[in-house]
Amino acid sequence: MPSFGRFIRLAIGAWALLLLIAATPTPSMGQQINPTADAVNERQLLQELDRIQGRVSIPDQRSSVLVQPQGREWREFRNVLLRWIGGVAIVGMLAVLVVFYLAVGMVRLESGRSGRTIVRFNTFERFVHWMTATCFIILAVSGLNITFGRPLLLPLIGFEAFSEWSQWAKYAHNYLSFPFTIGVVLIFLMWIGGNIPNKVDVEWTKRGGGLIGHDHPPAYRFNAGQKAIYWIVVIGGGLVAGTGYVLMFPFYGTGIEGMQMAQIVHSIVGVLFIAAMLAHIYIGTIGMEGAFEAMGSGEVDVNWAREHHSLWMDEQTARTGPGDSQPQRRRAASPAE
Amino acid sequence: MARMKFLCDADRCIECNACVTACKNEHEVPWGINRRRVVTINDGKPGERSVSMACMHCTDAPCAAVCPVNCFYTTADGVVLHSKDLCIGCGYCFYACPFGAPQYPKVGNFGSRGKMDKCTYCAGGPEADGSKEEYEKYGANRLAEGKLPLCAEMCSTKSLLAGDGEIIASIYKERVLKRGYGSGAWGWKTAYRETIES
Repeated sequence: MPSFGRFIRLAIGAWALLLLIAATPTPSMGQQINPTADAVNERQLLQELDRIQGRVSIPDQRSSVLVQPQGREWREFRNVLLRWIGGVAIVGMLAVLVVFYLAVGMVRLESGRSGRTIVRFNTFERFVHWMTATCFIILAVSGLNITFGRPLLLPLIGFEAFSEWSQWAKYAHNYLSFPFTIGVVLIFLMWIGGNIPNKVDVEWTKRGGGLIGHDHPPAYRFNAGQKAIYWIVVIGGGLVAGTGYVLMFPFYGTGIEGMQMAQIVHSIVGVLFIAAMLAHIYIGTIGMEGAFEAMGSGEVDVNWAREHHSLWMDEQTARTGPGDSQPQRRRAASPAE
Repeated sequence: MARMKFLCDADRCIECNACVTACKNEHEVPWGINRRRVVTINDGKPGERSVSMACMHCTDAPCAAVCPVNCFYTTADGVVLHSKDLCIGCGYCFYACPFGAPQYPKVGNFGSRGKMDKCTYCAGGPEADGSKEEYEKYGANRLAEGKLPLCAEMCSTKSLLAGDGEIIASIYKERVLKRGYGSGAWGWKTAYRETIES
């Protein structure tokens, strides 16, 4: 009976298979092999790279960055370090200026006013100066608000009012950056001629600019202190403008880390710039008699020019002749000359 | 009170994007914004992993710390929310967040990003729970109705867990014990300064 023999063979085969399966050791609970043992590991990835990035199937490809913990360092900078740098620079500068004013007072014109004036800055120069200055003050206040507003101003005026003000301050900060940048470029171009450091500046700096006592070290149109202000405006202004536009145009050539770096540079240069400008405002107003007129009416007293910018005064007299107090006006009066 | 957290068991995530879709639909999230996304690392290569990520509702949240107008607040459940009325759209939370959670409705330059939007843990915002204003600004408030975030509720493989931190951690630990290996608890170390597995 061939069919019976086939049945026996099948039965034996089935038994053998069953025994084979039973004999195979089954992995007990907890001893399972990990099929994902070679899968990517967060901690390892973070040690190797500073961020974890993958692929996403949604259109926003920037969301493919999964974890980027460096925001923590940026947070520490923004909330702690920047407040210290800014506080020390600005409050420190104010303190120095107050002490200096109380100790020395306004630097007077020693020879008094002559009554005759000489043109120092023309209308265009003054327009550029005041355009940049106005923008700078608004930018400075709105910028300081972002860093110091929350601890200092918010508790005084409350959430809604502070938010409303900050919103407007932000718009002002963004849009006034454009005239400010134009101002910095124009300042760079129109005063570069008088602001290249030279030997006279060494002597001027050695004598401390004559700030203490009644010293008047010689200077051309711009003394070393003014040259320093010029380069602070040009370099500092360039840096804040450049980094500011990086922040204003997110993801154009930068990622989050680039923007963090831009914010760090922007804010540090910003607070130092403000501190430097406080000194500039001081010396241009209550710090020195006759100084404001240069940017006010554009004409300074001849004695002021002689005391503070002797070499420039010499140049001017050499060009227009001695005793010529108002060279431009007189030239206009005698066109035949 | 509970301390609400998210936990993505990456071993189970199959990158189906149901969480992403559920979130967009539930809250009628505008175009261009994704409060949740699934990121696949080493896509198509050995060691591939998919992780569903949104705002992790961090302990000591960096976004809240750096916000210039202090528009963030943490609820009694540990959910990090913000007020769109106070937000000035400056982008600082976006620089500070480790998970790329803050989103802006306009790609706009000139700082015209609009109000920041992010995952609310389905807990709405400062407006009255379930109000029309709240829905328009922040989406549905499921938490107030006693429901958990929809992304996790929708997850077909139960990879994404939402709920009290201790409870979801114990569910995850049980899984790890049963299958014999963990999957990393992605983002926990960064968000909560703790990790479930060694």
